[in-house]
Amino acid sequence: MNDIVLALGEALRLIGGLDAKLTGIVVLSLEISLSAVAIAAVLGLPLGAVIAVERFAGRQALIVLLNALMGLPPVVVGLLVYLMLSRAGPLGPLGLLFTPTAMVVAQSILILPIIAALSRQVIEDAWREYEEQLRSLGARRFDAALTLMWDTRFSLVTVVLAGFGRAAAEVGAVIIVGGNIDGVTRVMTTTIALETSKGDLPLALGLGMILVGLVLALNGIAHSIREAVQRRYG
Amino acid sequence: MLPLRLENVSFAIGGRRIIDSVSVEIAGGPRTVILGPNGAGKSVLMRLCHGLFEPTSGAIEWRGAGVNGRPRQQAMVFQRPVMLRRSALGNVLYGMRLAGVARGECDLRARDMLEVVGLAHVTDRPARVLSGGEQQRLALARAWALNPEVLFLDEPTANLDPAATREIETIIGAIHAGGTKIIMTTHNLGQARRLADEILFIHEGRLVERAPVGEFFAGPASAEARSFIKGELPW
Amino acid sequence: MVGKAMLVLFAWALTAWPAPVTAAERYVTVASTTSTEQSGLFRHILPIFEKKTGIRVRVVALGTGQALDMARRGDADVVFVHAREQEEKFLAEEYGVRRCDVMYNDFVLVGPRSDPARVGGGKDIVAAVRKIKEARAPFVSRGDRSGTHVAELKLWRLAGIEIAKEKGRWYRDTGQGMGPALNTAASMSAYILSDRGTWLSFRNRGELAILVEGDKRLFNQYGIMLVNPQKHPHVKREWGQAFIDWVTSSEGQRAIAAYRIGGEQLFFPNAARGNNPDAGSSSRPGA
Repeated sequence: MNDIVLALGEALRLIGGLDAKLTGIVVLSLEISLSAVAIAAVLGLPLGAVIAVERFAGRQALIVLLNALMGLPPVVVGLLVYLMLSRAGPLGPLGLLFTPTAMVVAQSILILPIIAALSRQVIEDAWREYEEQLRSLGARRFDAALTLMWDTRFSLVTVVLAGFGRAAAEVGAVIIVGGNIDGVTRVMTTTIALETSKGDLPLALGLGMILVGLVLALNGIAHSIREAVQRRYG
Repeated sequence: MLPLRLENVSFAIGGRRIIDSVSVEIAGGPRTVILGPNGAGKSVLMRLCHGLFEPTSGAIEWRGAGVNGRPRQQAMVFQRPVMLRRSALGNVLYGMRLAGVARGECDLRARDMLEVVGLAHVTDRPARVLSGGEQQRLALARAWALNPEVLFLDEPTANLDPAATREIETIIGAIHAGGTKIIMTTHNLGQARRLADEILFIHEGRLVERAPVGEFFAGPASAEARSFIKGELPW
Repeated sequence: MVGKAMLVLFAWALTAWPAPVTAAERYVTVASTTSTEQSGLFRHILPIFEKKTGIRVRVVALGTGQALDMARRGDADVVFVHAREQEEKFLAEEYGVRRCDVMYNDFVLVGPRSDPARVGGGKDIVAAVRKIKEARAPFVSRGDRSGTHVAELKLWRLAGIEIAKEKGRWYRDTGQGMGPALNTAASMSAYILSDRGTWLSFRNRGELAILVEGDKRLFNQYGIMLVNPQKHPHVKREWGQAFIDWVTSSEGQRAIAAYRIGGEQLFFPNAARGNNPDAGSSSRPGA
């Protein structure tokens, strides 16, 4: 209990102090996770939409696979990306290991299945409702996929936020491919892991509170936009 | 594209026959109402005609269409119209764009359509917040905007109150007056009397009787139709 | 509306894409150990080097075994670790160019103040681990092929105990870094072998205290090596060597000696005079 009070004080002190170092870590965390979410959304939402409306051989297997990959352990993703980007690996010459780019790649891979699988479910549910109407209007499956993505946009915001939450919270992948290098690849979660290692539990927990606060704030903003707009558009 | 010819059309799901060997030719002109008790297969027959379902056996042919051709100059209004999450105008434009209507033409024509169905005042309102009656009128505008040669209507007033129903019936009359062939289902005898020129009576997936509306109600030829009119069959 | 907001968000996220490392930035990647990173030594000495040379040092902190593996794959320019035998092997495989001593500190046996195995007081570390084993008192092992883990295994061997065979439930193999292992030991009041640096900077001590120290078998030597550019041509030979030269120079050695926590010196520089021509003036307190 005492430790938690200490942690709260530590969090307030960190926020109050707002030193450049902490700001840098927070900004880097947001840049990496938002970039990863953007990439995963650009790929995952259309992928989910196509799987939702198309009928092809192996579709059910693909759905099961995507759903299962939602539980992909970050460490496994980190290791895979590490081995790809290592100098001894196939993409070694790019020299991307231990860079923020490597962290974006790892997080994108981690959350792509989440965004694709959840959007597939959302869009497929909508497709059941819309199918006859859209086909009656002469929509081909490609048109339908686009229309459904637009019409389920409120739910898809939540899907994207789920992806962001996962990206912002994970430590296993980024610590392996980023190396937790001070000032270069150190983000909120790896800092928390480091401070925990050093036994500075209040500082670690304080940082954790800031991270939760940030994710909460972003979700709050997205939620209120969604609510306001949905009230208008039904 | 009319007449529409059905030859021995059957449709089954999981071995259960829903439409059983229906052969009929529907010509342009008169308003055709498909009448029948609940579960007779009216909606399924309409979806077969519209091309949403493929017949299990038999053939459906439009004049002049190829083997796989499903002519575009047809539209359908459903019992529960699906409104897209966009404005009323956006919903009308959506169908027109899919039908390949030139962009320049779209906006003007769509606004015209909203005007005609009495929705000009909600042009920019989100379609999903409109009342049930307004949504159904919007669905009619969306279908009408495509300038179809045939318009299918599946129980278009089943969920509406009498006032909204009258508005819908008026619009259907106007669409017919504009030269569009109307094929609609209803289980509402009063509506059938008001709107139909000819009746196709369906019972248990079979076409039991076809007659001009006056004849049908004056003296139905089949026992099923007689008991349906007397209200002895489930609606 | 939301669609637009999402687009704006995406656009922003894309433009905020972390800038790729510019070719102009000069840096070397050093694979090192958690003990040097977590003790705060690097945060103390690196700014001095970076200010002097303009070369940034990027430290990836792992266990010694992992750090050497990382260098074997070519993912580091310099290794800075503390497990002599593994370092010799690394050199023999020609992954490293030349090894220089940099500094030493020592390991300490940490355990609960209540000391159930009664190991406290003496200096004899081998007798202490034997007592722990006899008492079956909880002992936390790093179990991660780190330098500290290697040193611990050597102590069991010296005590004539084949730990792999004789360990029981009392021996907890955590597979974690020094800090997490200390956290584990603190929460279960277990004995643990730690390097002094990490111990001194460790905050969550709970009931733990140093019980045995000062045995010369607890000596912990750190060495530094350049990764062999003939194995990995992309190795930044010049800058990596510059860092090695600086760390073993009198200036680097002084910086190491000056790092203290609570008035206590953590690392004792001992770069060899012959290897490092100007290392002679470094402070060299006895073990």
